[in-house]
Amino acid sequence: MTMRVFGSGIRRREDPRLITGRASYTDDIKLQGMAHAAILRSPYAHARIRSVDTSGVEGQPGVLAVFTGEDTDGVLNGIPCAWLIPESDLKTPDHPAIAKDRVRYVGDAVAVVVAESRYEAEDALERIEVDYEPLEVVVSPREAAQDGAPQIHDDVPNNVAFTWALAGGDTDEAFSNADVTVGDTIMLQRLIANAMEPRSAIAQWVGPTGDLTLWSTSQNPHIARFLTSVVTGVPEHKVRVIAPEVGGGFGSKIPYYPDEAVTAFCSMKLGIPVKWTETRSEDYQITTQGRDHVEEVEMAATSDGKITGLRTTVYAGLGAYLSTASPGIPTILHGLMYSGPYDIPNISGTIYGVFNNGAPVDAYRGAGRPEATMLIERLVDLLAAKLDVDPVEVRRKNFIPAFEDGHDVATGITYDSGDYNATLDICLDAADYASLRARQADARKEGRHVGIGVGTYVEICGLGPSQVAGAVGFQGGLWESAIVRFHPTGKVNVMVGSSPHGQGEETTFAQIVAGEVGVDVDDVEVIHGDTDITPMGWGTYGSRTTAVSGAAVAVATRKIKEKSKALAAHLLEAAAEDIEYEGGRFFVRGSPDQHKTIQDIALMANVAWDMPEGMEPGLEASAFYDPPNFTYPFGAHLAVVEVDAQTGHVELQQYYAVDDCGVQINPMIVEGQVHGGVVQGAGPALWEGAVYDDDGQLLTGSMLDYALPRADLLPEIEVLSNTTPSPHHPLGVKGIGEAGTIASTAAVYNAVMDALRPLGVSGVDMPLTPEKVWRAINQSQNGG
Amino acid sequence: MKVPVEMTINGRSYCGEVEPRQLLVHFIREEAGLTGTKVGCDTSQCGSCTVRLDGIGVKSCTALTVQADGSSITTIEGLSDGVELHPLQEAFWNKHGLQCGFCTPGMILAAAELLRTNPSPTRDEIRHGLEGNICRCTGYQNIVLAVEEAAGKMGGS
Repeated sequence: MTMRVFGSGIRRREDPRLITGRASYTDDIKLQGMAHAAILRSPYAHARIRSVDTSGVEGQPGVLAVFTGEDTDGVLNGIPCAWLIPESDLKTPDHPAIAKDRVRYVGDAVAVVVAESRYEAEDALERIEVDYEPLEVVVSPREAAQDGAPQIHDDVPNNVAFTWALAGGDTDEAFSNADVTVGDTIMLQRLIANAMEPRSAIAQWVGPTGDLTLWSTSQNPHIARFLTSVVTGVPEHKVRVIAPEVGGGFGSKIPYYPDEAVTAFCSMKLGIPVKWTETRSEDYQITTQGRDHVEEVEMAATSDGKITGLRTTVYAGLGAYLSTASPGIPTILHGLMYSGPYDIPNISGTIYGVFNNGAPVDAYRGAGRPEATMLIERLVDLLAAKLDVDPVEVRRKNFIPAFEDGHDVATGITYDSGDYNATLDICLDAADYASLRARQADARKEGRHVGIGVGTYVEICGLGPSQVAGAVGFQGGLWESAIVRFHPTGKVNVMVGSSPHGQGEETTFAQIVAGEVGVDVDDVEVIHGDTDITPMGWGTYGSRTTAVSGAAVAVATRKIKEKSKALAAHLLEAAAEDIEYEGGRFFVRGSPDQHKTIQDIALMANVAWDMPEGMEPGLEASAFYDPPNFTYPFGAHLAVVEVDAQTGHVELQQYYAVDDCGVQINPMIVEGQVHGGVVQGAGPALWEGAVYDDDGQLLTGSMLDYALPRADLLPEIEVLSNTTPSPHHPLGVKGIGEAGTIASTAAVYNAVMDALRPLGVSGVDMPLTPEKVWRAINQSQNGG
Repeated sequence: MKVPVEMTINGRSYCGEVEPRQLLVHFIREEAGLTGTKVGCDTSQCGSCTVRLDGIGVKSCTALTVQADGSSITTIEGLSDGVELHPLQEAFWNKHGLQCGFCTPGMILAAAELLRTNPSPTRDEIRHGLEGNICRCTGYQNIVLAVEEAAGKMGGS
């Protein structure tokens, strides 16, 4: 019983059902009498709807109903935005579930058909006639904010949904006194999350009782329940949201979408269960995308490389409508992170949130922090190049020294703990940095272009203190709750409000319980994803599940332990203060033979034959954990690339990731998160990008056109770590879900720029495709 | 117009009348009710729908049901009895070769096809052998290690 489970890389408890095809994702569920919905989508990025003629659909095989915006208008409320950032003049134009008068991006819903089969529903869509009057389109967020740009919402002048400013110190003075300044315009292209499971919803309305059940590919079923209630008008206690197996999300399954509301509407109208599942091409058009920043940035420094100021102007594309969390991503989760791991006394930024004619933009893995890390790390490398010093030295010169309990930065937040030199040391040792530089020098003599790039970062996660959530306009709390229930046989159910979808918390939470009270990890079943049987929680995103929900599990289990001690004392006829605990046993101090196991206690508490005066029966505890601060994981990554100057092809050859996510519960899972994160960050540096043409048509509309990383494009990633516990967390945990993505885009980008520097190329927009790299080299070498 | 079809899936016989345009993956999922086989894209890129058809790995979104008439198919549900795991399933579990699990059935079937044609692949050959399957969670690294482990257990070196 003393086997150390907490901290071990044990195999995942969720895997047996996944590797045998026995798991049920939303689209795998088939209800009796279920019909299928298909949604007609606008082929125009911006158009007035003159008319929608659905008469051709009537009488088509299998068709049960067709609805348009006229039908949903006044029945479904608008799709809400749930992050109303303060002090920003935020405008929240109406977002109807089905467009009635005007469409604003390719994919905007125009009508829905419900039929007996998916094939029949899609056939019928082709018989709907829509008369569109095309309107002018704007795609670039920077252009959209200029005078004279096409107006996407009549009540949002210049398409600027908000202007949010940040100021710490005196940046103007820092720049006027600077020995050197460097600057750049960084384009962080739109990214498509590409969770492998397409989004899906099944709505089941039971008219006589007024109960609405929604199976949904959601990262946060409790938020989905609340928002379903807001949009459909069904009271919250009559809405049940079930997120069954969910096949990845990376942020794209946080938002509440029109499609879920339309599916619910169809079921409520017809009184039968209705399923909607997007095709992958639909996913590319309608599922929220990430990034879309144009960042005009500059850095001030002394001649010996001490950074004195950072100044930014950012145009953050929001797409055609505000999504659930979109205003918070380029502001709170981006601007506040401008200090990175560095001591920068003066920081200011102006962020324009701008509507443009594309899919709505919302959280995508890292959400605001990759965009911040990219600009900081790019500027640090430019500064190093300008001063002609090793970029590692500029980092070391500016790192915040190691601290264990709190460090304030100029953006106004307080990091919890950090040791930035340590992760960089480990990274450089692992990569043998000096040898790499020597190899690079040799390669250059041979006319080969090897590049080495470093990306260091601090991220904000474990979101977060609810009071802060309120202060920054998040329309909800950010605590989590858990119920730990011991059955008479000593087996355990843990119910959590968070909703993991690949991150493995069914295993790590069992490890927490096992570590706290000594039960076997296989005796713990973690239940999540059903609002009727799990306690309230705000969901799985922002690297918060283990940090916040896991803390709730730990606190609840500690309550179990306290009660067990008291009951053991009673049963052993000893004073509670004389009871000690070790390895699942409660015993009288000095007499380990006189003991009760946690299983004995579970049985006695549940049968309640002999309880002490005033003690309630049962062995169950719940905890509501509201974190006192965010957590701030950090790390150092290093990439090695080689560029073929003849073709522009970039080969990613080596990659080292050193992350400090605090205490690790399951290092195998931590490593897996880093692998996946690194690849999702390397993707946009080299290959990935959603491309809209000037008419707002999505040119990268399928997996055929959008270049996702494949196995054969990647080197093995060496993953190392360090442990600086979070001082304020019950387990010392920080979070690891997004770290890889936050660091790797900058590390890979910097490596390519390092390779190209001798060729006179100083900047290329991402993704660094062979064509763009070749053109940049050619332009530099041949003067255009 | 509907066409009669009959095929064996995981040792059981299935028959039905289907539209000629129906994709095999939809017959497997909707008619046979075997939902372990996934639909991850609509352009034959992702490989989540990979099954074994008459002994050969195919993407079942790229075949019509009528083309599979008379054939014998193995899906992830039939790769093992679910208790005694196939070496690839065991290795994916051991090596943490999956996270959300959605691509996993197709990835395992694609790996099985790779090992059928190359029982002892190098890591590089594994990476190239799996380039027709997309995973968004794992960065592929542990998938490669899992396939390597399974190859060893299945008799490759």
